[in-house]
Amino acid sequence: MKKLINDPDDVVDEMLDGMTAAYPDRLRRLPDTQVVVRDDAPVDGKVALVTGGGSGHEPTHAGYIGDGMLDGAAAGDVFSSPTADEFEELIDACDAGDGVLAIIKNYEGDVMNFETAIELAEMEGVEVESVVVNDDVAVEDSLYTSGRRGVCGTILVHKAAGAKAAEGADLSEVKRVAEKVIDNVGTMGTALTSCVTPEKGEPTFDLGDDEIELGIGIHGEPGTERTEQMPADEITDALTEAVLDDLDLDSGQEVLTVVNGMGGTPQMELFVVNRRLQELLGERDLEAWDAWVGDYMTSLDMAGASITVCAVDDELKELLGAPADTPALTRTR
Amino acid sequence: MSGDEPIEAASDGAAVVAAVEAVAERIEDERAHLTELDSAIGDADHGGNMARGWAAAAEAARDLDDPDPQAVCKTVGKTLMAEVGGASGPLFGGSLVFASAELDGGVTAENAVAFAETYLEKVEDRGDARVGDQTMVDALTPAVHTFKKSVETDGLPPLEALAKAVDAAERGVAFTVPIRAKKGRASYLGWRSVGHQDPGATSTLYILEELLAVAAAALDAETPDVDATSPTIPDEAAEGGAGDAADAPDAGEGGD
Repeated sequence: MKKLINDPDDVVDEMLDGMTAAYPDRLRRLPDTQVVVRDDAPVDGKVALVTGGGSGHEPTHAGYIGDGMLDGAAAGDVFSSPTADEFEELIDACDAGDGVLAIIKNYEGDVMNFETAIELAEMEGVEVESVVVNDDVAVEDSLYTSGRRGVCGTILVHKAAGAKAAEGADLSEVKRVAEKVIDNVGTMGTALTSCVTPEKGEPTFDLGDDEIELGIGIHGEPGTERTEQMPADEITDALTEAVLDDLDLDSGQEVLTVVNGMGGTPQMELFVVNRRLQELLGERDLEAWDAWVGDYMTSLDMAGASITVCAVDDELKELLGAPADTPALTRTR
Repeated sequence: MSGDEPIEAASDGAAVVAAVEAVAERIEDERAHLTELDSAIGDADHGGNMARGWAAAAEAARDLDDPDPQAVCKTVGKTLMAEVGGASGPLFGGSLVFASAELDGGVTAENAVAFAETYLEKVEDRGDARVGDQTMVDALTPAVHTFKKSVETDGLPPLEALAKAVDAAERGVAFTVPIRAKKGRASYLGWRSVGHQDPGATSTLYILEELLAVAAAALDAETPDVDATSPTIPDEAAEGGAGDAADAPDAGEGGD
């Protein structure tokens, strides 16, 4: 498999150096760690937002560091949790005295390492709260989780909570907003091909030329159903209906949708999916408030997409639409 | 004996460092076996991750200028947290960091029990696991309970209490074989996890065994006869206080 890598062991390290070199006035890597923070961290007068997880999901996580979103992120090795000591350094580097909100995706390693770091930081006098994102409606328990996995809906948590923190809200308010998004968001994805990890150098799982997997996670872990390849509209229907059935929204509810590429799918195809998704919202009597399309939470080079639906009210519309300035997501009014 | 009397050997930081080195050596020796156990029900990385972590921990402990027992435990815990990774880093390492807070002012039988209990509590909370879930808790819980009872109720000397704890841990490891995994990666196997010995419980036992060996040597005492052939009946294991792994470090502190 042809890849633009040197040594598999160096991929994350070299990626982080390249990323900070691309945004030298915005991102800063803490020495001898895989932690990236805002260049001006800690930022006085606001709650700090931190996250982290395995690498291979770019632009998640460090791509969302900046005004209106995250203050910092810890990068683990490919598809592996950062260690607790790195999470602790992240918290210490971002805390300006107004408290820290940790946004954790529901994977056992991430949760255990982050919770250990939080408890250690609290012993040092830092005020830390956490939320666990579990938006994947496909599976209750998976190879890596008890309960649902945290996937693309996490970006909306970063956005809304980040906007709330930028307003100067206190820690409990920022956490409330994060939980509000978590309570109102659902995601389901599909894989057309397996991803290839740098370590293994070959597909993580076998998928026939004419097969797709529904309900896929973001690490090449199994989904819920393997079917024959279908037209884009049928795949979109299957994913969207699973999400909408789970959310069980009232008629006329306004929603934000995200069509997320898994890393190896052209934008052309993502827009084709979005076209059908928006039609479907109308058929289900839902109001489209905003539609995001792009690669937000990827799985290396996997071909495929996920569909996220988030029910929004006036408060979430205000926050999700608020200005943000990060390498991977920019919003202006 | 009085619970607040300092345990001489354990208060000597050098003995604690020696215990950490012994654990590192044992884990390295058992690396392939631990990986084999893990490949049956998990992702085959427990042996390698633990060997790497304990080797680094031994080095960090040796490098300490003033190796009092609390500092050694904290350093070893932090190093395990950083080097072992995955879920084992917080479970084995993070719990040790928190438990080391109990060792303020040297090691006594009393605070060795507190250390063991804190270690167990952290492992249970972080892993959300209880006895019977086929995890390290199955070895740790009986070990800690036995250690506590031996010290507080039976008034045994710390070394004898530790020997009983090791015996209990061994029964706990055996107990993981016929039960079904409820936590950790093995739980995804459902009923297929039955019949497999838990790797984390096993490494916990190795840690406790080395702590006992070093403690016994440090006290220049004969290692009490530890009955290694243990029944696998859960009730018996629970009564015997069989258990082991996670609290090994703190039990070791006490024993030293």
